[in-house]
Amino acid sequence: MTDVTLTGAFTTEESAAIRGDFAILSRSVRDGKPLVYLDSGATSHKPRQVLDAERAFYEEHNSAVHRGAHQLAEEATDAFESARETIAHFIGAPAREVVFTKNATEALNLVAYAISNAAAPGAMDGVDPVLAARFALGKGDEIVITEMEHHANLVPWQELARRSGATLRWIGITDDGRLNLDDLDTVITDRTKIVAFTHVSNVLGTINPVAAIVERARAVGALTVMDACQSVPHLAVDVADLGVDFLAFSGHKMLGPMGVGVLWGRYDLLAAMPPFLTGGSMIEDVRMEGTTYAAPPQRFEAGVPMAAQAVGLAAACDYLTALGMPRVTAHEHALTEALLAGLAQRPWVHVVGPVDGQNRSGAVAFVVDGVHPHDVGQILDDAGVAVRVGHHCAWPLHRRMNVTATTRASFAAYNTLAEVDTLLSALDRVPALFGVAI
Amino acid sequence: MDLYQEIILDHSKRPHHAGLREPFNAQVHHINPTCGDEVTLRVQLRGEGRSAVVADLSYEALGCAISTASTSVLADEVTGHSVEDALTTLAAMRRMLTSKGSDSGDEEEIGDGVAFAGVSKYPARVKCALLGWTAFTDALARAGVDITATLTSNPLTSDPIASDTTASDTIANSTIAGNT
Repeated sequence: MTDVTLTGAFTTEESAAIRGDFAILSRSVRDGKPLVYLDSGATSHKPRQVLDAERAFYEEHNSAVHRGAHQLAEEATDAFESARETIAHFIGAPAREVVFTKNATEALNLVAYAISNAAAPGAMDGVDPVLAARFALGKGDEIVITEMEHHANLVPWQELARRSGATLRWIGITDDGRLNLDDLDTVITDRTKIVAFTHVSNVLGTINPVAAIVERARAVGALTVMDACQSVPHLAVDVADLGVDFLAFSGHKMLGPMGVGVLWGRYDLLAAMPPFLTGGSMIEDVRMEGTTYAAPPQRFEAGVPMAAQAVGLAAACDYLTALGMPRVTAHEHALTEALLAGLAQRPWVHVVGPVDGQNRSGAVAFVVDGVHPHDVGQILDDAGVAVRVGHHCAWPLHRRMNVTATTRASFAAYNTLAEVDTLLSALDRVPALFGVAI
Repeated sequence: MDLYQEIILDHSKRPHHAGLREPFNAQVHHINPTCGDEVTLRVQLRGEGRSAVVADLSYEALGCAISTASTSVLADEVTGHSVEDALTTLAAMRRMLTSKGSDSGDEEEIGDGVAFAGVSKYPARVKCALLGWTAFTDALARAGVDITATLTSNPLTSDPIASDTTASDTIANSTIAGNT
C-alpha cells in the first residue's frame, strides 16, 4: 500500500462503520466485482440516515409546506424550516439567507436571471439606490469568471452578458492548474459588476485563493458569486469567513438527495433582488393588476418546495457534522495524496491539475499517454472501479489544458486507501492492452 | 472484457482511409457533447441519387478507440459502394449497436463492424461507435442525397441515443469548396 501520512484519516474500524451506512457500497458490478466508487464529484452516495429521514417525512408528516392549517401541514412546514436552519448552520449562515433550489445550477441561474429582471421597468422601485445600482448591468459593464468553471457557472454568465450587453471576461489558468492571479488586477476592474468563480475546481481539484479574489472584487464594488459544489461536501465552509456575496451548492454531492440545492446570499442583497421564478408561495399580495413579493427566502421559492429532499439534506449535514468536517477533509486528503503518489510512479500517466496536495481537494483528473480517457475509464469499469470520463462539464478548461477529455477519480468520506490501490492496479492493465510503451 | 476486440484495437491504432482529402461534395463536423470527441468527415460521390457511388470518404477523428475504429470500419465498408448499399450497411450497424446485445451483426452486411457487437452491451459507448456513421448520414444529406426513406423505414434511427449523438456544429461546405 502506498505510504502516506494518515493524520486525521479515518481508522479501519471507523471506515468500516461509515461504509456500513451506505448499502450501495456492498453491491457488486460487472460480473461480481466489488464496487469501487470513485465518482463522488459527480454525485455522492447517500447514507441510510438520509434515506430514513426522507422516508420518515413521507410516512409521518407529508404535506405541502407553507399551505393549509391542518396538523400535517404544520408538521411538514416545521420539518422544512428546521431543515433550513440545520443547513444554514452547516455553512455558518442565518436561516433566512438560505434559499432552496432544485440544484446548484438553478441557484446560479437564479442570481443571473434576478440581475436580468432587475433591468425591467419598476423592478427595483423601493430599493436603496446604492444597492439597486449593484444589480444594474448593461453595455460597458463586465462580468468576470474563470477559465476553470463548470458549465453551470459559465453558461449562465455568458447568457447574462448576451442579454444585458455586458462583456464577459475571465481569469486564466497556469499550466499546473492554478488561477493566474497575475490577471487579477487587469481582469477585475472598475467596469466589473459581477465576479463568479468556483471555490474548488471539479476537474483540477484546485482550491482557489478566495481571499485575494474577494478583496479585489470588493475594491471595485463587484458582486461575488461562488460555486461551492465541490467545497461544501469536503471542507468546513463558513460563509462569513469567505466574504462572498452569494454561494451555491447541491445536495446530491454531499451525501444528500437529488433534487435539492442551495443558494446562500447576504440578506440585504436577497432583499433587493427581484424574483427569478414566480407563482405560488413567493407572493405577498396578488391582484389582477399586479403582485407584490414575499420577503426572502420565500421570494425565491415559487411552487411547492422539495420538502422531503430538504429534510434529507439536513440529515446529510448532521451526518457530516457527526463525522466531523475536519476529519472528512483529512481523510480525503490522505486518499488524494496516496493517489497522486501512485500516479507519480507511473510516468505514462499525467495528472491534469496540481500534482502536489497543497490547496488541493480530492478530484484527480489524469490522462494516459496515447489512450483516450473514455477507454481508460472502460478498463477501470471492467475492474469495478467507477470513475468519470469526458470533459466533466468544463470544456473550456480542458481546451486550456490541451486535452480533449480526462479520466477523473474523486473521493468522499466512505472511500478507502485499498480502493486507491484497486484503481492503480486496474490502471496498470491499460498500457499493455492499448499497446502503449511504458 | 469483450469490448476491445483485436480488430477494434487495430483499426484504432491504424485507422483506414484516414486524413482529409479533396475533392469532396460535402464536409461535416460532428461532436459528441458528452465527451468532446470530434470527427470531421468528407464524402465525394460519383453519380446521382441513391445509385451514386461513394468515391471517397475521408475524415479526421479525435476520439476514443471505439469511435476511431468505428469510423475506420465505416470508411472500409462504404467506399466504392453505392449510396443505397451504404445506407443498408448503416442500418445494419445501427440495428446491432442498439440491440443491447441481442443482435451480433452479420459480417456479410457490416464486415469488421461485427467486432463492435460487444459495444451494444455498454449503452454509454453506443454514441462513440455511432459518431462517424451519423456524420456520414449527415454528409450524404448535405451532398444532396435523399436519406429520408431510409430514416423512416428504419425505426431504430429515431432511437434517442443515436439521434442526439451529434447535433451541433454541422457545416456543409460543398458550395465553399466548389470542387464537385
